[in-house]
Amino acid sequence: MTLPVTPSQTVGPFLAIELPWADGPFVVPAGTPGAIVISGRVFDGAGQPVPDALVETWQADPAGRFDHPDDPRGPAAPAPAEFRGFGRSATDAEGRYQIVTLRPGALPGPEGGTEAPHLDVSVFARGLLDRVITRIYLADQPEANAADPVLASIGDPARRATLIAIADAPGQFTFDIRLQGGQETVFFDV
Amino acid sequence: MKPTLPRYASAAGVHPPLDSTAYQSSRLRAPKQPLVPLPQGLTEVTGPLLGPGRVTADDADLTAGHAGQPLGERIIVTGRVLDSDGRPVPDTLIEVWQANASGRYAHVVDDHDAPLDPNFTGGGRCVTDSLGQYRFVTIKPGAYPWRNHHNAWRPAHIHFSLFGRAFTQRLVTQMYFPGDPLFPFDPIFNSVPDPRARERMIAAFDIEVTQPDWALGFTWDIVLRGQAATVFEGTGEI
Repeated sequence: MTLPVTPSQTVGPFLAIELPWADGPFVVPAGTPGAIVISGRVFDGAGQPVPDALVETWQADPAGRFDHPDDPRGPAAPAPAEFRGFGRSATDAEGRYQIVTLRPGALPGPEGGTEAPHLDVSVFARGLLDRVITRIYLADQPEANAADPVLASIGDPARRATLIAIADAPGQFTFDIRLQGGQETVFFDV
Repeated sequence: MKPTLPRYASAAGVHPPLDSTAYQSSRLRAPKQPLVPLPQGLTEVTGPLLGPGRVTADDADLTAGHAGQPLGERIIVTGRVLDSDGRPVPDTLIEVWQANASGRYAHVVDDHDAPLDPNFTGGGRCVTDSLGQYRFVTIKPGAYPWRNHHNAWRPAHIHFSLFGRAFTQRLVTQMYFPGDPLFPFDPIFNSVPDPRARERMIAAFDIEVTQPDWALGFTWDIVLRGQAATVFEGTGEI
């Protein structure tokens, strides 16, 4: 049996009524040893901040595994305590979001090779009729990034660079998302 | 033998194109560069399994939690979450939000000159049961004007957010009500290119769900991307 999929519609301007959670940005609780902070701003094609977006992240645990039935390897043992894998942050008036998490591990790629540590990202906003999908890689793992098949599939180094979060300080990363314009972030069709 | 990873079928052609010029807000926000194909790997075929820990039973009743009853037509909205293979999607979080019966959102940026309702906030959530079924009690939202074009009005709708069980299945959409006269004029509804696909966003009035002397019933099933098995090429070793 094949059923036709329900279409996407924009999240609209009023998502704040329901979607932000108090614990949304915390993939792990604040103060967790080894936690990193990824923050950044969402910009539109005029370079203006997007104050009504929702940024969501999904990632492997530090061992590169998922506590999910469709990861044939199963979760890391022991699984990291209070690690949700999922982060959600609404943007503020300056277009800023923030996620507190653990570094994801590298993991086997679907077409062979090894995927560098990354977070999958969904961005929802008024004006986006469907989510847009991107990935966050971490700048302080250049060797893993150089071997990553997804990054390698993007020929233009300037475009590829839009997927790399800048390392500001130990454990602190900046990842801006440009929905449109000269430095438009790479978005994926998955 | 290599383990198998699910592979989720493409929903190409179903969802609205991002650059829908009739929808003004898309002009500075929709990406201009072509999307880059991303092979489905472990990160994409897994996803957050956000279950009962995030909801209480009262969260599915948007008419509760205030000093009194909200104004408007009380309704029941129920249905099933399925994947495109016809399988129910159990234990998955659904989040909803909507305007009140006057067409006003309880949100600071909504300046529509219609009354707020002190007994209605308009947010709710529930988790599907083992058969993929969900059920909300709420009031029918009103239509409301917006500034997209001259005399622009949104048809009545309820926003739905769904996770499914994989990153690929994540869906945010809107549920509409049958027979709405505003459908032909709404660029968001009509951003879905296929008219039959638009119909899939419209709930059905259901006399069986309707409760005598209490509430009208609407049924709406939601279909997420389904899967077909493929070979997992990774070694499983890092």
